[in-house]
Amino acid sequence: MKQFWIFVKKEWLHILRDRRTLLILFGMPIAQILIFGFALSNEVKNSKIAILDHAGDDISHKLIERIEASKYFEITKVLSSDSEIDAVFKQGAIRLAIVFPANLSADLYHQNDVQLQLISDASDPNVGTTLVNYMSSIINDYQNELIGFNKLPFTIKAEVRMIYNPQLKAAYNFVPGVMAMVLLLICSLMTSIAIVREKEMGTMEVLLVSPLKPTLVIISKTIPYLVLSFINICSILLLSYFVLDVPVKGNLFLLLAEGILFIIASLSLGMFVSSIAATQTAAMFGTLVGLFMPTLMFSGFMFPVDNMPIPLQWLSNILPSKWFFNIVKAIMIKGLGFSAIWKETLILFGMTCTLFIISIRKFDKRLAL
Amino acid sequence: MPVIQLILLPLAANYEVRNIQLSIVDHDHSGYARALIQKITASGYFKLNSYVDSYKEGLKRMEHDHVDIILEIPADFEKTLIRENESTLSASINAVNGQRASLGAQYLLAILRDFNREIRLKWVQFPKFNPMPIIQIDHSFWYNPMMNYKHFMVPGILVILLTMVGANMSALNLVREKELGTIEQINVSPIKKHHFIIGKLIPFWIMGQVVLTLGLLVARLIYGIIPAGSIFSIYLFSSAYLLCILGLGLLISTYANTQQQAMLISFFVMMVFILLSGLYTSIDSMPQWAQWVTKINPITYFVQVMRLVIMKGSGLKDILPHLVSILGMAVVIIPWAVWNYRKRS
Repeated sequence: MKQFWIFVKKEWLHILRDRRTLLILFGMPIAQILIFGFALSNEVKNSKIAILDHAGDDISHKLIERIEASKYFEITKVLSSDSEIDAVFKQGAIRLAIVFPANLSADLYHQNDVQLQLISDASDPNVGTTLVNYMSSIINDYQNELIGFNKLPFTIKAEVRMIYNPQLKAAYNFVPGVMAMVLLLICSLMTSIAIVREKEMGTMEVLLVSPLKPTLVIISKTIPYLVLSFINICSILLLSYFVLDVPVKGNLFLLLAEGILFIIASLSLGMFVSSIAATQTAAMFGTLVGLFMPTLMFSGFMFPVDNMPIPLQWLSNILPSKWFFNIVKAIMIKGLGFSAIWKETLILFGMTCTLFIISIRKFDKRLAL
Repeated sequence: MPVIQLILLPLAANYEVRNIQLSIVDHDHSGYARALIQKITASGYFKLNSYVDSYKEGLKRMEHDHVDIILEIPADFEKTLIRENESTLSASINAVNGQRASLGAQYLLAILRDFNREIRLKWVQFPKFNPMPIIQIDHSFWYNPMMNYKHFMVPGILVILLTMVGANMSALNLVREKELGTIEQINVSPIKKHHFIIGKLIPFWIMGQVVLTLGLLVARLIYGIIPAGSIFSIYLFSSAYLLCILGLGLLISTYANTQQQAMLISFFVMMVFILLSGLYTSIDSMPQWAQWVTKINPITYFVQVMRLVIMKGSGLKDILPHLVSILGMAVVIIPWAVWNYRKRS
């Protein structure tokens, strides 16, 4: 047993001497959290729009004032003719154009009916829809003011409550995702590269002639990454709590325990890849393309699983990261206990055991050669 | 390999909000309540998941992620509406995913407004001459009338593909030579530094263009995306862009000693750039400092150009400022890489 720990210490020294890698391993989750937390936002605001005002009268000026005052829009272009609309969209300068027809006030006061035109760039359908909705509500508000205090009869009001995340903070959805991604990346990529590097350099033979059992040699390589990943979980949680105000509503120990379970799963994945890869490049590509990219795409972190075609949804069920992502969301954001996530935990546990046993077995066979 | 990603990724990359699971707590069971429920489910955005007897039950289902929205219709909904001219519904939305919740709320409220208007029309006879001023809004969606998310994501994904392939390959290439030791042979040869670097750039540049072509073909064949603008502008810009990206990869490789470091550094840099490029979230919603970063980020420009040319049919004139910026960056990065590469260290 003492031999095992000496090997672990050796691996630690290897890692600690590589300052650049260490910097990235610790820096990546921090950078991601900071970027996601402060720079990225799905909120629609300060969207650049253009105004084409054929009327130029009282009402259009009032509406333009309202629009200018709104934080959702930023008027960057004032056009003078219809033909300019297409050109200004093509330059990518605006996302929405609003056209006021000529004789606006006259028509409104005499015929009580006018039509404004909103042209929105539907390249990004969600943003297009949202912009039209926001603009419509500004216009509707103004219209209600014109009507005065005549309340429209038969009004159905809706009281909308946002549960778990009343401020609609995007952070609630991505912090669990960043955690899953970073853990998977570090554990699988680094482990597989570490093991394959020894194979490639030829130093594996030296390790194998040592009195320590071959499988223990491999496992000793994974222990430092387990500790590193655990430190990363803690730094992610600390950052989210203090900098982003994302609380851990549920049981912290449960969360950490699930984290360790997932780390072991990722380490096993890394070991598995390293047992089939012969060169470092192969290990890197195998991990990135075979593990990391599918995780990024199909685990529900970036794109909603419900929207995917059925075969891809099945694929997402095979990924351990999908289950971990759901578990973390349930504990952190919804504050649920073990009773709610026992099913997912069981699945993750099963996957971890299977992967671990398969990787160890494979190594036994390969290294014996 | 990039081709497989290009095929699979747009299938997954769908931010459309639909299949919103709705759970109804109906205390009223009146005609209006049923009509409203029918209208909501007929919209196509919502799926009726369950009728529950109480809000608590609905909440339990929400905890297990089976339900996205719980709509509660109070008792005497129809009677209150007719007698007191006003009635209130309550909608509770699972907001873990803020964007999905916000769009779900917007859809629900829009359907409700429509339903409200229908009821008003039935009861209130508006005289022919409308006493209340009404501003109607006519909205049109340009450039993507089918509101197809794939058309929006595919150009962006092409950019990512090209970037990852380009940067990783060029970064790894030089470092592998360093690790294996074959770099010494090159260092003792009389070849000039810049010839050496350019020699490394050219094959990857060609490969990048080939990947781009493959990508455009896949987009055309599988997704039916035909660039509305000129393909020549795409290739012109990609030539400059590849210079920039490959240069970046080379720059990274001059700072790394092992393949592992090169891969990690390039991965990290690419990830930061991709996130801050306006690909997934719009640049307008970023704070000032992030917007400055996007200005020095080559990916930003390429994503904009791809979207402009493919979806809107922009021309050479429109992308000229982007082209100039990219060339400017390449002019800085490549000499830096050459300068940093030391033959004798």
